Amino acid sequence: MAGTAVSGRLTWRAATLAEARWETPSARTLVLDVPDWPGHLPGQHVDVRLTAEDGYRAQRSYSIASAWPSSGDGKVELTIQRLDDGEVSPYLTDDVQVGDQIELRGPVGGWFVWRSKSTSPVTLLAGGSGVVPLMAMIRARADAGTKQPFRLIYSVRTPEDALYADELRRRVRDDAGLDVHFVYTRKTPDGWPAPPKRLDVAAVNTYGWPPDFAPDCYVCGPTTFVETAADILVALGHEPRRIRTERFGGTS
Amino acid sequence: MSDRDSAPVEATTLDGNAMAGDLRELFAVDVTVAQYKCAGCGHADAVATLMLWGAAGGRVARCPHCSDVVLRVVRAPDRVFLDLQGCVRLEVPLTDD
Ligand SMILES: Cc1cc2nc3c(=O)[nH]c(=O)nc-3n(C[C@H](O)[C@H](O)[C@H](O)COP(=O)(O)OP(=O)(O)OC[C@H]3O[C@@H](n4cnc5c(N)ncnc54)[C@H](O)[C@@H]3O)c2cc1C
Ligand SMILES: [Zn+2]
Repeated sequence: MAGTAVSGRLTWRAATLAEARWETPSARTLVLDVPDWPGHLPGQHVDVRLTAEDGYRAQRSYSIASAWPSSGDGKVELTIQRLDDGEVSPYLTDDVQVGDQIELRGPVGGWFVWRSKSTSPVTLLAGGSGVVPLMAMIRARADAGTKQPFRLIYSVRTPEDALYADELRRRVRDDAGLDVHFVYTRKTPDGWPAPPKRLDVAAVNTYGWPPDFAPDCYVCGPTTFVETAADILVALGHEPRRIRTERFGGTS
Repeated sequence: MSDRDSAPVEATTLDGNAMAGDLRELFAVDVTVAQYKCAGCGHADAVATLMLWGAAGGRVARCPHCSDVVLRVVRAPDRVFLDLQGCVRLEVPLTDD
């Protein structure tokens, strides 16, 4: 889709912020109106470019959170986690207003994608905002009405940092074959059976698909998280070719 | 925003996925799904799996297997330099359904 529907070189285009909503106190979803959007696959991203009055430019990548329905009548949604000392993310979470324009380029990235015609079970490992492209996969699976079983293990610092918490709870109830397990690294909800801890072999072993099932594994988040999680999958015996990783930068 | 050049921290490593936009500005196909073959160690995998350093203005992509530089993308105001010295072969699929 992305490689064929868009012909020729890809360039920057203006997107208008149509709507915005807070997912947590520090993360906001931007619903963008992008004229002639060709559609996208779950897992793809866009590059966003900001230009200051003096001409200085900053460019960052953001995953597309929304699925693109086969009807073609979809939305382009990004979810941005604010990094307080960041250059670009605080502008996107706190400053850009409905009606404002930002420049973007995309959709891009055809490797870290999930295709609804694939029949393998899927294990998704998310660290922090790394859940964004994986959420697009969960949404696309529901839109396509397919039955491949999905298991998401989602590592967050505290319960308050979980993106899409209500939607995930609802989907676990309504989307047959979707399981979600949270890992809390700094603070757990009240009554949680274990103290806070990082993603470990036991969690991936218990809540992901076993290697015998030959699942496709998607791992996304801060670079240190991705490396740890991918190492755990390999140690558990998963075929490296079935592990797809996307690093967001930074440490978890 | 400051007036220094956009450089989101050298120490932080991204991967080949983050090059998709820059490469898609040059090529009509998505090069991140292409298979590279490393000149240093012969390892072959998707360009998306390379380890990436640097910012959009100048990126260095290294083999995750032997850490040799496989490709480099340097952007000047009016042109882009693509250095493929560390890559024996690039195999680009022409269908991506
Ligand atoms: C393919 C791809 C997809 C991405 N998708 C998303 C997304 O959907 N949502 C999202 O919020 N972000 C996403 N990111 C990360 C995003 O591109 C920026 O790196 C992030 O918003 C920080 O930019 P900044 O300018 O605010 O911070 P910078 O000014 O670049 O950095 C500020 C400080 O934060 C540290 N840092 C940088 N990046 C991260 C990080 N990811 N995690 C923790 N610390 C970090 C830096 O080391 C530095 O100390 C994605 C990155 C890639 C490569
Ligand atoms: Zn190599």
